[in-house]
Amino acid sequence: MPLFALVDCNNFYVSCERVFNPKLASKPVIVLGNNDGIVVARSNEAKALGIPMGVPAFKFQPLIRKHDVQVFSSNYALYGDMSQRVMETLQQFSPEVEVYSIDEAFLNLSGFTHTNLTDYSRTIRSTVRQWTGLPVSVGIAETKTLAKIANHVAKKADGVCDLSAWQDRDSLLAGVPVEEVWGIGPNHARRLKQHRITTALALRNADNQWIRKQMGVVGLRTVQELRGISCLPLEQCPPPKQGITCSRAFGRPVTTLAEMREAVAFYTARAAEKLRGEHLAASALTVLLTTNPFKDEPQYGNALTLRLPVATDATPELLRVALQGIEAIYRDEYRYKKAGVMLLGLVPVGKVQANLFDHADRERSKRLMRAVDSVNARDGADTVRFAASGLTQHWRTRFMKRSQAYTTRWDELITAKAS
Amino acid sequence: MTIKVEIVHAPDLSTALKLPVFLERVPAGFPSPAGDYMEGKLDLNQHLVKHPAATFFVRVTGDSMIEKGIHSGDLLIVDKSLDPKDGSIVIVVLDGEHTVKQLEKRKGKLRLLPANKNYEPLEVSEPQSLEIWGVVTNVIHSL
Repeated sequence: MPLFALVDCNNFYVSCERVFNPKLASKPVIVLGNNDGIVVARSNEAKALGIPMGVPAFKFQPLIRKHDVQVFSSNYALYGDMSQRVMETLQQFSPEVEVYSIDEAFLNLSGFTHTNLTDYSRTIRSTVRQWTGLPVSVGIAETKTLAKIANHVAKKADGVCDLSAWQDRDSLLAGVPVEEVWGIGPNHARRLKQHRITTALALRNADNQWIRKQMGVVGLRTVQELRGISCLPLEQCPPPKQGITCSRAFGRPVTTLAEMREAVAFYTARAAEKLRGEHLAASALTVLLTTNPFKDEPQYGNALTLRLPVATDATPELLRVALQGIEAIYRDEYRYKKAGVMLLGLVPVGKVQANLFDHADRERSKRLMRAVDSVNARDGADTVRFAASGLTQHWRTRFMKRSQAYTTRWDELITAKAS
Repeated sequence: MTIKVEIVHAPDLSTALKLPVFLERVPAGFPSPAGDYMEGKLDLNQHLVKHPAATFFVRVTGDSMIEKGIHSGDLLIVDKSLDPKDGSIVIVVLDGEHTVKQLEKRKGKLRLLPANKNYEPLEVSEPQSLEIWGVVTNVIHSL
């Protein structure tokens, strides 16, 4: 029998902050997304205060002040590092681990039937807790879709739930709203509800033909998974990287071409750095920009993809093309909210096909890029940058309340008192 | 002038396979006696970090552990995966702060010891609620 565990970190971003800042224990804590706008993570205490997910934090300012809610900007360097630690720790519990998202992983436990799975789940939980300081919940079932549900149950109980040994599964599924079933999006949920399918149990008992007609093969797969028939195997190799993106909302609207050029240059430099980190070269590049669709003002958005004469990983070459592109799509008299750069057609550096008419001095540019990257890795991102990215950068995304890069920068490590 | 782009899938190059490289030329005559003894380079990470996923670096401030060779400004290598034993140097959470102490476990009693005569040992009244954050395995001290 196939058997899957879903391991999910509880309130991941908040829990990461707590590992390094013990004063946050049992206090209400929230983490905000880009530009310190929207609530993206909450501690249980913050949930209890009624602060919802996905709302602008300023709407809850009085509540935040009254209850001394601790507010943090997203610290992606920290969360990314902690995520890797969790995933590495999980490797010892199964030969097959699928990293599903920054804070979730599926483990293949097929053939573990002789072990007491509840005990095993507790061991997973306490080991991750000890090794990383992060609390996780473990849900086990014979399909991934059911393991997701098991994980929800685990979160409400003591952190573990083995659904494969569950006695009265029907009444459990009857308590799960259909929109909470993995793979059921808002559109399907709406249509299902119109046909009085409101719970996971009702969906499980639905007619195959009807489901297939309404939701296609993918929908039928979900229903089969609810029945305990595994249709979604573990995906161990993430799909190969197809593109590298660097796009961010601005801290304030950008209204001049000069500033837009700076922003695009900055994003290009960042994307190029990532590209070199993966030993890849880009064959094409997309630039994009857009106004703020949530504002009642003239709207404009556009994107342009340009091919590079020869696949490259050199910032100056990518910059030239990106700036050419942004100038082509930039229009005056709009207030821009966001811009971005995508590098496409990625090929390993060693396999770049030369062009007969290519005259760039690639050896020299390679040495320059290596020097730039090593200075930036040593002394912090952006120590050396291309003048095109500007020197003031008023448009940069705001992260006013970001915690330290506790695990990725020498000058921001945690300190321990010896006194 | 939007140009269509073909997406080319790239292989995963994130893992490297390191092989020793023999730089000596093959002479016509006796081979170099050193060639047979070629080994990998020494890696401090491998030596100092046994559990990378659970290992954190921590900076020290203060002099209460000086007799254990832990000076203010030193870097501690902390392995959270290890179980603290009697005598372990540990990072504990005291009053919401990370603090470095030596753990004394005797007859079910816990004490946190300084390594400096000017400081007093600390009796732990509720051992259950003591949060031991990690075990210090090494000190890195710059001279």
